Amino acid sequence: MNAELLFQSLIDGILMGGIYGLVAIGLTLIFGVMKIINFAQGALLMLGMYVSYWCFALFGLSPYLSLPLSALVLFFIGAGMQRGILQRMAGAPDHNQLLVTLGITLFIENLALVVFKPDFRSVTVDGIPNSISFLNLNIHTTKLIAFGFTIVLAIGLFFFLRKTYIGKSIRATSMNSGGAALVGVNIKKINYIAFGIGAALAGIAGALITPFFYTSPSVGSSFILIAFVVVVLGGLGNFLGALVGGVLIGVTEALGGAILPGSLKELVPYVIFILVLLLKPNGLFGGKAR
Amino acid sequence: MNLKKTSLLYGIGLILFIIFPLFTDSQYFLHIGVLILYSALISQAWNILSGYAGQFSFGHAMFFGTGAYISATLFMKYDISPWIGMFAGAFVAILIGLFIGYLSFRYKLRGAYFSLGTLAFAEILRILVQNLDYFNKTLGFNLPIGNDPLMFQFSSRVSYYYIILIMLIIVTLITFWISRSRLGFSLIAIRENEDAAQSLGVNTFRAKMTAIAISGALTALGGAFYAQYILYIAPPTTFGNDVSVAIILPAILGGMGTILGPIIGALIIIPLGELTAHYFGGFAGVHLMVYGLILVLVILFLPEGIVGWVQEKLRKRKLKKEGKVDDAT
Repeated sequence: MNAELLFQSLIDGILMGGIYGLVAIGLTLIFGVMKIINFAQGALLMLGMYVSYWCFALFGLSPYLSLPLSALVLFFIGAGMQRGILQRMAGAPDHNQLLVTLGITLFIENLALVVFKPDFRSVTVDGIPNSISFLNLNIHTTKLIAFGFTIVLAIGLFFFLRKTYIGKSIRATSMNSGGAALVGVNIKKINYIAFGIGAALAGIAGALITPFFYTSPSVGSSFILIAFVVVVLGGLGNFLGALVGGVLIGVTEALGGAILPGSLKELVPYVIFILVLLLKPNGLFGGKAR
Repeated sequence: MNLKKTSLLYGIGLILFIIFPLFTDSQYFLHIGVLILYSALISQAWNILSGYAGQFSFGHAMFFGTGAYISATLFMKYDISPWIGMFAGAFVAILIGLFIGYLSFRYKLRGAYFSLGTLAFAEILRILVQNLDYFNKTLGFNLPIGNDPLMFQFSSRVSYYYIILIMLIIVTLITFWISRSRLGFSLIAIRENEDAAQSLGVNTFRAKMTAIAISGALTALGGAFYAQYILYIAPPTTFGNDVSVAIILPAILGGMGTILGPIIGALIIIPLGELTAHYFGGFAGVHLMVYGLILVLVILFLPEGIVGWVQEKLRKRKLKKEGKVDDAT
């Protein structure tokens, strides 16, 4: 492998990793802060992609303009999921939560299959160059934009959870919901909001990846497990960790793709996942033992 | 219900299963019958590890696919009868189960982490198989149609029906035996409170290893049957996540950790799936939508499954009859 190919796969890996991080941010909010293992995050991402696809197909809107709509629609879907289903699951065993969100995933994905058909659809963005060259290396513009958003969102969420009233209430609820209720936090409302934000983040991620990823009903499943890997790797509820974890997975996968034959590079995230689960279940940045 | 009544019920159910082919000539109904029995079998196998021992596997497709692929490969490449191949598959499944069990249980992978870990292991096997020339990559195997009972090939569907019925009876008897044995009590103790079980002297590691080995081996037998019955296997239809869901669903609906649960669940799920496929045939995926809906509704409203719910009702009625509790509880 020559140096140029190495650097090219490094760049591709970093950009793809940013996207993994982006998908994982919503999951880490729900998984890490609310302690709900949301298997449906991939399906929510898929819905976000369809919102921006239809805005593009029907009105010619660029995904960057329809992004707030994706976020809003998904916020309400997420809050509705929490209100209608997950709220009733408080205190249920882990695997029941996993099963319920798996059931929701099956339902949403196959509903999308029935309504939208299994076609792969794509969105094109006008007005910006497809890729920019830098020292003989190609950088996908739309992936770079998504990467930028990941950083902004990660930092934004970090401060949102620390500085705003709602953010602090979300953290308080996750630490000790009884205590939070005692000091006047409306637990139910906070849970709707937190889950809604997590889902909205999936919507934003969906909108941002439509320019370079085919929209199809099953697209979520290719992201969900990687997102879990990233969340565990980065540490639960750690947004910047999700970004770092995402980049790490993206880079190893890209390098694996350059070395391994066939589709064996798909193995990389799963192998890393199992190693992390076994050896560092608290993520790379430590923290207390589970 | 006392023991006599229960055994009578089991007996009647068994007789209904045995005489079912006498009442229908329809190949379609026989096919549904085979699907019910085979779903009940793999779900029962899953039930041992996940229902009784509480180690919730989301990746049982790894054992299923192993059984299907080992038996089909031995058959296609070396002319070894699937009657032998299915046990070879079960043996490999035991090795895989012990390997994964060793890693997961040594490193104390619990709850959702164990579930996600098994899911990842199943995906790893799927990707490996579809990258290996030896297993025909993504093409999988098309098994020949024939009529040689020694090679697990039958011209009549009735033969497949009785074979899978016998297999289900054996697996159910094994589950029954486990549930009454020292191992079964250890597994239930682990499910309810692993730390407490350990402190009371249960060798939790060994019990869980035994459970994953038995569960994996029996699931692999189901996979081998599937390969011989459907005559086509490919990585997604044997190692895919949908397979793991199909394995889990009957036990969840019928009742995890009960003997009858997976059977009752399969009796409901399979006809329901066929009905939706029949009425909404034009739409791929409708039956999976229904499965998703069932999963959500069952977890919300019948978390113990149908059998668990009925048992609870009966227990309450009995207590009430004996005047031990009032209506409030």
